[in-house]
Formats: sequence, C-alpha cells, structure tokens
Amino acid sequence: MNYALWFQLASPEIVLSISSLVLLLIAAWGGVQSSRLVSILTVTALFGALALSFNFLLNPSFAEGADAFYGQYRMDRFASLSKILVFLSAIGCIIVAPKFFARGNLMRPEYPILVLFATIGMGLMVSAVDLLTLYVGLEMQSLAAYVLASFLRSDDRSAEAGLKYFVLGALASGILLFGLSLLYGFTGTTSFIGIQTAFGDGVSTGALFGIVFVLSGLAFKISAVPFHMWTPDVYEGAPTPVTTFFATAPKVAAMALTMRVAIEAFGGQQAVWQQIVIFVALASIILGGVAAIGQQNIKRLLAYSSINNIGFILIGLATGTEAGASAMMTYLIIYVAMTLGSFICVLDLNDREGRPVEEISKLAGLSKTRPGLAAALAVFMFSLAGIPPLFGFWGKFVVFDAAVAAGLIPLAAIGIAASVIGAFYYLKVVKVMYFDEPADVIAPSDSAARMALVTLTALFVSPLGYFATLALSPVTAGAAKALFWAA
Amino acid sequence: MIGIEHYLVVSSILFVMGVLGIFLNRKNVIIILMAIELILLAVNINLVAFSVFLGDMVGQVFAMFVLTVAAGEAAVGLAILVIYFRGRGTIAVDDINQMKG
Repeated sequence: MNYALWFQLASPEIVLSISSLVLLLIAAWGGVQSSRLVSILTVTALFGALALSFNFLLNPSFAEGADAFYGQYRMDRFASLSKILVFLSAIGCIIVAPKFFARGNLMRPEYPILVLFATIGMGLMVSAVDLLTLYVGLEMQSLAAYVLASFLRSDDRSAEAGLKYFVLGALASGILLFGLSLLYGFTGTTSFIGIQTAFGDGVSTGALFGIVFVLSGLAFKISAVPFHMWTPDVYEGAPTPVTTFFATAPKVAAMALTMRVAIEAFGGQQAVWQQIVIFVALASIILGGVAAIGQQNIKRLLAYSSINNIGFILIGLATGTEAGASAMMTYLIIYVAMTLGSFICVLDLNDREGRPVEEISKLAGLSKTRPGLAAALAVFMFSLAGIPPLFGFWGKFVVFDAAVAAGLIPLAAIGIAASVIGAFYYLKVVKVMYFDEPADVIAPSDSAARMALVTLTALFVSPLGYFATLALSPVTAGAAKALFWAA
Repeated sequence: MIGIEHYLVVSSILFVMGVLGIFLNRKNVIIILMAIELILLAVNINLVAFSVFLGDMVGQVFAMFVLTVAAGEAAVGLAILVIYFRGRGTIAVDDINQMKG
C-alpha cells in the first residue's frame, strides 16, 4: 500500500475533482455573472490535468504503468494518451460555448462544470481495470451528459434530446450492469486481469451472456449499430457545443474502455467476441454511410458520419492485435481533430439575426460568401471520407493495414467498398457549398476563438498532418503496448 | 433448498420485465423510470446472491454503488422530465416525436 504513489497516479482526476467542487461553490455564490470566470478556471484546471497526463505519457519512469487503489485504477501510456484526447476535446467544447449561448443570454456556469464532471468520469473510464471503476466512471460521464443534452431548458428539442438520451442511456447502463453482475458471478472476481485468468480454462454459458451484455452496453456508448438509434436525435436536439462534446470526448473514452475490456478482460477468448465486433463494425460502416444520404440537417449528417467512423475504428479492435490497437489510437486522434473541426464550423453557421443554421441547403454558395469557412468544411468532409492526401486517409489506411496483417482481408475489402458509399454524402455537402447558387444566408463570423480552432484542426487534418505521424507513431505504439501488458 | 439458480431466475424475470416495460409502454415516461429502476434492482439481486454464493464481499459493495447511482439516475431523470413537461405540457411517450427517428 503506497498512498503517495496512488494519489500521484490518479493526480489528473484528483485535480479535476477538487477544482470541480470548488468551481461549483463559486458558481453557486456568483450566479450567472460568474459564467466567464468559471469557464476560464475550468479550462485552466483541464490544462493542468493535461500537463499531468503528458508527464505520464512521456516520463520514462512511468513507461511500465502502475496500478493504484488495490487494482481498481491503472495509469499507463494507453490511459494517459486517451486522457490527453479527452481533455483536449473538453477544452475545445468549453472555449466555443459562450458565444453560442450568448444569444438569448443562456450561458450558465453549470455548463463548464458539467463538462468537467463528465470529463472526470471519462478519466476514470479510460483508467478502469476493475468492473467497479468501469461502472462508476461510465455513470459519472453519463449522468452529466444527460443534463448537458437538455441544457437549453426552454428549448423543446433540447429537452426532448435529453429525455431520449436519458431513457436509452439508462437502459444501456442497465444492460451493461446486468452483464457485469453475470461476469462477477461466473468468474468470482471483478478485476479485468482476474477475469482473464478465470477465462483461461474456457467460458461458461453464464459468462458468455455476460460478455454479450457488456459489449452491447458499450456499443451503445460508442453509438455503434445496432445501438445507434439515439445518436441522430440527440445530436440534432442538443445545443451544438454539447453535440461537439458528445461526438468527441465520450467517444474516445468509451472506445478506450471497450478496448481495455475486450483486450484485457476478455483477452484470452478473442474467438468469442471477434464475431460480434466484426458484425458491429460492418453494420456501423454500412448503416452510417447509407442512412446519411437523405439527411437535410448537418448535425444529423455528422451523427451518421460518427457512426460510420466508429465502425472503421472497430475494425482495428476486430483484429485483436497490438498493431490493430495502435491503429485505433491513431484513428481516434485524427477522428477527434476532424470532428471537433467540423462541429466548430457548424457552430459558425449563423444567419444575420444570429440564429444557428443547420439545413444543408442553406449552405449553398458558401464558397462565395465565406470562402475560408467553406474551404475548412470541405477539408473536414474530404478527410472524414478518407480521401487522400488528407490526414483522414491515414487513419483508415493504418486500420485496414492492421486488418490485412491479421488476415481479415474480407473485412478490410468490405470496409473499403463501404467507405466509397460514405464519400457520396460528404461530397454532396461540398457540392452544395461550391457549385450551387449562393443562398446568402450565412453571416460573417463573430468569434476569433472559433476561427482559431477551425484553422488549427484544419491544418492538422490537412496533408501537413503527415508530419505529425513522426511524433504520433511511437506514442500510439507505446499506448498499444501498454494495453497488451498482460498478454 | 433454494440455490443460486432460483435467484438468477427471479432476477432474469425482473430484468426482462424492466426491458419490456421500456419498449411496450406507450403511455407515460414515469413508467419508463420505474422500469429502469426494476432493471437496476434485478442486477442488485444478482450481485448479492452471487456475493453470498461465492463468499466474497465485493458483490455487496458493488450493490451499494449501484443503489447510490440509481438514486442519482432517478434524480437526473425526473429533473429532465420536469423541464420536458414544462415545455410540452405532456409526458406521453407517443408525443416525444419532435425529431424523427
């Protein structure tokens, strides 16, 4: 027992927990006027946690990773890389929020605090090596997310999004939890490594049910088909900064959690879950591509796009190899940049009265009225479609490369064919922006912060991003290696 | 003699009733909240029964966590339901259709 070390390992979450409680008090005392102060302090705290996570990622003395709190919590390179992604997306979603909520004077200090609570939950999720930590982290993230979805209290669509998200999310948590209880009962332990040991001599029928239930619950959280039905509605109804958050940070955290559960806890029984993951991956890619075609609302379109991208990431999991895990982390990094960028572009689409514009048809001729924004959105669309030479192509390439190396050639072939379907609807958006008669609805941008973030992410997903692979490859490889420490 | 399988059967029945309660109910959202609670209680029966059966305390600790989270979940759910009702004046499940899907 070494409390000093344990607290050091959990320092990102501890810093965030203490700051969130203090900030909650400031918000309670200061009321609505404290929104700005609380937002700034929240971003500061997140940067602090980010610096701590970078330390764990780069400091050679933590290269092995270590367990804390009697094997409940694990800090390794995989966890720290996932945390960095989560914290960065959370920072982005807090920075872009005040301008959005300013119309109608709806900014409240609770927004950054709820994001912070969700972020703590996600930090626990990616570090979970025990069913108990898994459950507590997941619920902490979900409960904050339900409230965030219905943050615009007076808006019917936001309240409806919150209600739908809550009901389906609670059902998914229930299914996951039932699976956890079966796993506990039939293996006699709650630690991932204990479950892996117990599975060493075969999986009993009860535990098999447990695996299926747990994977179903996790599939809901990453919005993979067939548990995706909440995604378009929640993305459309939730306020756009919240949608930005939902599409980035929780996706990373839930995907990292799925990887750890599949590879660490169910690692010895790959044959059992590989079929499920392959089915879910292909179904997500195909449905995400086909269902997006008829969408008129850009947020719904991006919802299907995220379902589609999650499918590609799951191909990496289906391989069950270290190369696959490394490819998934690479894809996740690029996915976060693309998604963050495209949603911030959507945030910048406002008409002259400052109302948000979400219909794709109203983007007509955006290249004439807002050439910079149109170019950035086009870069993100091409990148999400995986068209070379943009950086999104690299993510798909490494995933397919890992699939081929693991002998899953049919899976890779179907995935590549389906990504062509996906390219169709991304190109439709570009066509509307560049070749249609200008509708002249969109007003000039009024936020320098948004433009800066769009430029930054657009540069990252542009061909310049390939320079980043020099730095990223060793990091993602190290993270994947940490994930396979027990194998 | 009541064995572990009896507890599992009861909890499975409760779980299935909870899931069906969410999908078959068309009347009102409060019933959905009750169905969610039913699912969580089914899990608790499982956890406590396994805990006694295995002679391991972790299951009972887990059950306490589940109870706590269930309370938080009910609070958040009811709060969202209240703001929904304020805007729409109804909580009938069939009326939750502003967005298609």
